[in-house]
Amino acid sequence: MENIEQKLISRINEHAAPIRIMHVCGTHERTISKYAIRDIISKDVQLLSGPGCPVCVTPAEDIDFAISLAKSGKVIASFGDMMRVPGTRGSLFDARSDGYDIRMVYSIDDAVKIAKDNPTLDIVFFGIGFETTAPANAAALLREVPENFSMLTSHKLMPPAMEILTEDTIVDGFLAPGHVSTIIGTYPYNSVSERGFPIVVTGFEVLDVLLGIAMVQNQIESGRSCVENAYSRCVNVEGNLKAQEMMYLVFKKIDSKWRGIGMIEKSGLALKKEFEQFDAVNVYADIYEKAQHEKKVSDIDNNQNEMWEGCICAEILTARAQPAQCPLFGKRCSPKNPVGPCMVSLEGTCYNWYKYTHNKGI
Amino acid sequence: MCIAIPGKIISILNENTATVDIGGIKRKVNLDLIGGADRSLIGKYALVHVGYAISLISDEESEEILKLLRDLMDPS
Ligand code: SF4
Repeated sequence: MENIEQKLISRINEHAAPIRIMHVCGTHERTISKYAIRDIISKDVQLLSGPGCPVCVTPAEDIDFAISLAKSGKVIASFGDMMRVPGTRGSLFDARSDGYDIRMVYSIDDAVKIAKDNPTLDIVFFGIGFETTAPANAAALLREVPENFSMLTSHKLMPPAMEILTEDTIVDGFLAPGHVSTIIGTYPYNSVSERGFPIVVTGFEVLDVLLGIAMVQNQIESGRSCVENAYSRCVNVEGNLKAQEMMYLVFKKIDSKWRGIGMIEKSGLALKKEFEQFDAVNVYADIYEKAQHEKKVSDIDNNQNEMWEGCICAEILTARAQPAQCPLFGKRCSPKNPVGPCMVSLEGTCYNWYKYTHNKGI
Repeated sequence: MCIAIPGKIISILNENTATVDIGGIKRKVNLDLIGGADRSLIGKYALVHVGYAISLISDEESEEILKLLRDLMDPS
């Protein structure tokens, strides 16, 4: 395969013209940063990093609500990535240091098990992630879940965000996220390609990413814009229909707020009415209302993007800036002491740039 | 977050759970999203995400990639 990678690099470089290709997946950023793909291909072919990190785009108010729940005695079960992302008043990790019961889980099933094993405790699972993760959470709710289990839902959907990016960012084409596409298939991206943007669904090996880049480049060169699939070993046109069915038995689409971007129409998921007994917003409506009220008060000293002063994550998430342009990058902000969500998450652009390119003179 | 890892299905535990081998480590995986457990799945590879198999991986991988490459390098 190495030889093929070399051929692809040559092909990309021989055909290089100034183009901007955006990926919208933290795992793509990881491959690109780790294998320094930006350095081995022509500088004319710019690889932009979009809002592909679910914890980075989770609104601060959802984190605040989780913390309020913890403070009123509930047990919060969260994916590890979410733990250190700051809300407006600290992170889940900070709350845990303050003695509140916050547990890291690998899967919703672990959270359900905690609930079953501890009938006297109220467990709230913090459900985040794109279309890749939502079906698993739906599947768990479709099985038997105990009464002391509920879910704080903050799932996001990728295609509506890509549509917004075509309006707000200078971009010529997209690499679509392989694992999101495993679930949704390739056809939901038609709404983006019909706007004149080439899209290639691709996987996460170096070869996949190079192939994706070359295929986007090829579409641009030949004046086409369609959805192509370079990850057919896992993705087909219609996606995983069973997973989609389960996802929409449990969830419905709603307008949703993306941290750093704002409200995007029909870009999030909420639990349907039939599942309201498991919806933390409904079960703990009083705590939710209170958290909302406190947010309004604290909004006054927080900017609308919900980022800390000096942090340019909002620009990073929409590829209007690169981490190196942030005055805090590598100085006050590092993986050990992250200031913004893009540095916290293993999928954050700042984190990956720091880990793989910082101190290497790039 | 969206990271998913290929695992080989090595045994079926019950109607919706299997054991997969991920790089030598054995893990329990839920199969609800690929239609539940079925003995015919043994030996196949699945993409595993947050404890769930989210799709099966087709065997024709290299052929597909080679075809795309051929189209790209030699469009005629
Ligand atoms: S380097 Fe840190 S402060 Fe700067 S944009 Fe990234 S996360 Fe925010």
